[in-house]
Amino acid sequence: MHAFANPARFLRIARPLTPVLLLSGMAITAAALAYGLFYAPAERLQGETVRILFIHVPAAWLGMAGWSGIALASLVELVWRHPLAALAARGSAVPGAVFCALCLASGSLWGRPAWGTYWVWDGRLTSMLVLLFLYFGYIALAAAVQREGGSSRIPAIFGLVGAINIPIIHYSVIWWNSLHQPPSLGWGTSAMAAPFLWGLLASTLGFTLIFAGVVLARMRALLADIQAEARLRRKALES
Amino acid sequence: MTAGFKPKHQRLVLVVLALVAILAAGALAAWALKNQASYFYIPSQIVANPPDPDRGVRLGGMVKAGSLKTAADGITMHFVVDDGKAQVPVTFAGIAPDLFKEGSGVVAEGHMMKDGTFVADNLLAKHDENYVPRELQDMSKQQARQTVAETR
Repeated sequence: MHAFANPARFLRIARPLTPVLLLSGMAITAAALAYGLFYAPAERLQGETVRILFIHVPAAWLGMAGWSGIALASLVELVWRHPLAALAARGSAVPGAVFCALCLASGSLWGRPAWGTYWVWDGRLTSMLVLLFLYFGYIALAAAVQREGGSSRIPAIFGLVGAINIPIIHYSVIWWNSLHQPPSLGWGTSAMAAPFLWGLLASTLGFTLIFAGVVLARMRALLADIQAEARLRRKALES
Repeated sequence: MTAGFKPKHQRLVLVVLALVAILAAGALAAWALKNQASYFYIPSQIVANPPDPDRGVRLGGMVKAGSLKTAADGITMHFVVDDGKAQVPVTFAGIAPDLFKEGSGVVAEGHMMKDGTFVADNLLAKHDENYVPRELQDMSKQQARQTVAETR
């Protein structure tokens, strides 16, 4: 794991990988969303509103994957003191929060025609809103630690504790009666007809590649920040 | 923690113990919330423990096929919500959401009357996890289910 601890080695891989991830992700997402908007069939009950699915489900997945990434990086940071782990956690926070918000907004727009309401306080919707607030808390905490000085272990502990919400989001529709439907996709099973399933898998892949590219770009930016600060400090000492 | 432990192993054990404690606390909380966190009652719960008529509750279940009837005034409808074990008759006057259909899920907000009928102030349609294209709806239920099954 410490093979990538050297920032120079990390940058050598991340620098060419970032545009590859971003461009391929944008191409796949554009194709999948065009398919979803113009070619996917209308659903039996939902009609045309089913097309929101192609944004809503990838956004939900990445909102949850973003925090899982924060939790995993925080574990690595706390246990192995890996120098890049804190950067990886901080890099996932903003894109994760953006996708989480996108999930809530797109779901709300779908809920009005499908359920008859923009918002209900059921288990799934509430736990997803809690995740968005956890993201805000994490972003503010990590920024405060960076600004005021302090151990990067503080946001790491917050990131690990917040991970308890991820299984709650997933099981909220199974444990509790909720207005939100249970998952359509499981391991090797699908309650979705093929035209929806393949479009959804493609858009999920595309958004995930974009997410990975953004995380790498943010990690590089954070790394550049740290290096610039170190250089300034060195200059100040010399003069 | 013996002296043979490296610091990182000690940290790993501590973090894992902390995580187990957090997960256990979360699972206990989720379990304790089982009744409070549910968004609605199902018919068998309502029939077993009828709530006070002045208490607002939500009732969720399937709209029983063939039970939906519109009264002579044109806006009042009567239907039966079913969970496979118990059934509750529901009365509702107003505009139902588009997805409200016989045989699909519904969540009714309202009051349970003393005579065993549920008077709803508001209806929410509940979509299930099945996604079926419109072209398939003309097939029989059996055919559609088979088509969906083939994509699994």
